Amino acid sequence: MSGDLAIDVQDLTRRFGAFTAVGGITFNVRAGEVFGFLGANGAGKTTAIRMLTGLLVPSSGRATVAGHDVARDAERVKRDIGYMSQKFSLYEDLTVRENITLYGGIYDLRDREIRDRSARMLANLQLEHAADQLVRAIPLGWRQKLAFSVALLHQPRVVFLDEPTSGVDPITRRQFWELIYDAAAGGTTVLVTTHYMDEAEYCDRISIMVDGRIGAMGTPAELKRDFKVSSIDDLFVQLARPTGSAQGPAA
Amino acid sequence: MSASSADAVVADCLEKRFGQTIALAGLSFSVPRAELFGVVGPDGGGKTTLFRILATLLVPEKGTARVLDRDVVKDLWDLRRRIGYMPGRFSLYPDLSVYENLRFFASVFGTTIEREQAHIAPIYSQLEAFKDRRASALSGGMKQKLALCCALVHRPEILFLDEPTTGVDAVSRREFWDLLAQLKASGMTILVSTPYMDEADRCDRVALMQSGRLLAVDAPKAIAQAFDRPLLAVRAARRYPALLALRESPHVHAVYPFGDTLHYVDARRGEAPAAIATELSAFLASRGFADATVEPTAATVEDSFIARMGAPEGTRAA
Amino acid sequence: MSALLGLLRKEVYHILRDRRTLVVIVALPVLQVIIFGYAIRTDVDHVRLAIVDPAPDTVTLGIRARFAAAGVFEDVALVPRIEQLEDLFRRGAAQGAVVFEAGFAERLARGLPAGLLIIADATEPNTGSIVASYATAVVQGYQQEAPPSNGAIHIVPSVRMRFNPTRESSNLFVPGLMAFVLTIISSLMTAISLTREKETGTLEALLVSPLRPWQIIVGKVAPYLVVGFASVVGVILEARLVFHVPLRGSLVLLLAEGIVFILVSLSLGILISARTSSQRVAMMGALIGTMLPTMLLSGFIFPLESMPWPLRAISVIVPARWFVLVARSIMLKGVGLSYLWQPTLVLLVMALVLLTASTRAFHERLDQ
Repeated sequence: MSGDLAIDVQDLTRRFGAFTAVGGITFNVRAGEVFGFLGANGAGKTTAIRMLTGLLVPSSGRATVAGHDVARDAERVKRDIGYMSQKFSLYEDLTVRENITLYGGIYDLRDREIRDRSARMLANLQLEHAADQLVRAIPLGWRQKLAFSVALLHQPRVVFLDEPTSGVDPITRRQFWELIYDAAAGGTTVLVTTHYMDEAEYCDRISIMVDGRIGAMGTPAELKRDFKVSSIDDLFVQLARPTGSAQGPAA
Repeated sequence: MSASSADAVVADCLEKRFGQTIALAGLSFSVPRAELFGVVGPDGGGKTTLFRILATLLVPEKGTARVLDRDVVKDLWDLRRRIGYMPGRFSLYPDLSVYENLRFFASVFGTTIEREQAHIAPIYSQLEAFKDRRASALSGGMKQKLALCCALVHRPEILFLDEPTTGVDAVSRREFWDLLAQLKASGMTILVSTPYMDEADRCDRVALMQSGRLLAVDAPKAIAQAFDRPLLAVRAARRYPALLALRESPHVHAVYPFGDTLHYVDARRGEAPAAIATELSAFLASRGFADATVEPTAATVEDSFIARMGAPEGTRAA
Repeated sequence: MSALLGLLRKEVYHILRDRRTLVVIVALPVLQVIIFGYAIRTDVDHVRLAIVDPAPDTVTLGIRARFAAAGVFEDVALVPRIEQLEDLFRRGAAQGAVVFEAGFAERLARGLPAGLLIIADATEPNTGSIVASYATAVVQGYQQEAPPSNGAIHIVPSVRMRFNPTRESSNLFVPGLMAFVLTIISSLMTAISLTREKETGTLEALLVSPLRPWQIIVGKVAPYLVVGFASVVGVILEARLVFHVPLRGSLVLLLAEGIVFILVSLSLGILISARTSSQRVAMMGALIGTMLPTMLLSGFIFPLESMPWPLRAISVIVPARWFVLVARSIMLKGVGLSYLWQPTLVLLVMALVLLTASTRAFHERLDQ
């Protein structure tokens, strides 16, 4: 195993009373990879991500994110990662600039760094004219792109994205993914969950969680070949309702 | 297709605004009976507003809408008996069980589950095993089916389903569309809204909707075939660098990721795709992408949507 | 450190930019200080005083003049016989009475003690005590300044507390408690129930059905009517059995008035929830719009008599004020509809107006 694993998960488990939300998952993500973390609602994705971002303590198993153990060094994990979710990204009653300054402050960036980075970010997104508008006045697509950029403000090594493109138009979605590619090209590791099956194809590798375990993992091309399906959508259906015969190789 | 009084839905220049925001900017379309009609587009585009007007919940500022040959504003009580409506977010009572929810909605329309047993059987059979479970404890796919059942139980003549597949896993989505196909086959007129472009292909006809306007209304195949520029699919190992390189090719109109390929749209309308493919391969090879493959490909509804969208919310497209 | 400052600054923005929070933070404390400051006053002005003077003479006239000059009393009636006081007290026209024995001056001249009866309406024990002590003070003042004759003068005031002889505070609170409990159940619960329906989105589905708005309202609200009625019965039982609060009037009348009051509160709950789709806002609205006035301005805890006239004026539109009056009168004074027709009429009119308004406010569409 090479030393530059951005995320290293070994037999990670989380139980809530008698219910096992995550039943021992093992996988890793290299630096600069775009990793698609898929699965149906209730399959355990959210719980797994909460453990990896230091929000939940694992019941057993180990995970290292950005070089820190999530159980022992949760605070250092949080410092080195970025997070953006569909439910929450930016404060709607603050302006764009105020949001950036707030997050900059939370991650201990110096004032000059904040100024420089935010200027670059706004220019990149072509949002300079909206810098002093309240976030709630900005269209959804721009908000999502902005939220992603803010999550990257402190230049984290790993960024977690939870359904970041829900509901936006096809062009904005693709622009968002170009931002992801751009970040990955710069060495940032991206772990993303999505319900859009075509976005699964945009990833370097994907994993699909079923009932708390990883049902399949690999590059999209490999998986399609091994499971003899023509789309990730079909793969999903196969995993969720196995026909019995074509069960692909173990992840 | 010209509208006739036999059409299930006829909308004429519908306009609706909320304060300063224009939700619908003058929509006109019609839906014949027994058609599975999709309204496809991103959030904030006005789909929910349109459905609410058609379901007699909102009044348009301008324009008219007729459903089942009745006016949505004037004949609302007549229509409310005949419409099946499934609002977004699954309006189910979380603290009632599957059975109790269904029984309630049946009683509101003056009927009972027992009486409609045969009618709802195809869907209810998938729920029966959970009939005493509280709605809040159901998975997204189950909630979806239950909500559909509740909308159907009073034998409506037309169904309005507002984003029934949002937030539901891929398998349940498929099963849901299978159910809709079955319903349509039995003669039901169904209008469905969805943000997922791939679901457009499962409809008889589709309206592409964005920012309160209709970009196109036609059968999905026709919309796809109306794509008027050469379209090629490029496969390359290093996808993002290839994308950036293609943006610099001489005749590019747009390049964007598309599933496991990149879609390249050439600006020259008349050119033969095969010729362009050769050009592009050479171009990519010259940029260090010798392993890339380029093939002409058929456009999909999504390609058409992207082409017709114009500037998405102010920013430039490609 | 800058992270902390950043967070603090953000919170300030949130507060400043949310108008509702701002109102609560700024306006509410000011309002509360004013109301509480004025409500919690124990002095009573304008005590309505009735006088029974069967045989007016120099002494009785002298004492009566002192009462008039005291500035605290308001002469409401002068009656020759003590039996006539009963009606005045029951109607609430008199809060206190001074009864002179016949042949007052004569007895004093002969060196015999002259009897003077001070009666106070102790339905509100606090007010009752105050009235009694004011009156006693006036009489004692007269005694001290009376012209000397045959040594000391013996005027023996005896004090009787009417309707609530032992001045039980539970007698004061319990009728008011009924109003409070009913307000919670009817206004608050109804408002929450309706907005919860809006929040889950089920209201939307209900609207696209043959159900008319009034059916939806009745269906939602009727259970609370039953629950409210059960509460009234429960409170009365508890009052009688645990606190031994008397029930001197008609139980049926009390329950009937309770139902009217429940209808008023239910309508208020509907009105509040018609304006908003958030449970949180509905709850705040119900708290501020119904429970606070019920607590402070209905005479439940703080006597209306002690409040300055602006607050007393506002209390006229607080439904609970009328119901508390009715409940107390029925339970402690034992009066019937003939005395209570006015407050009953007020409650009925309120119920009618509010029910109509709330049905209208509940649209058959999402906008109108």
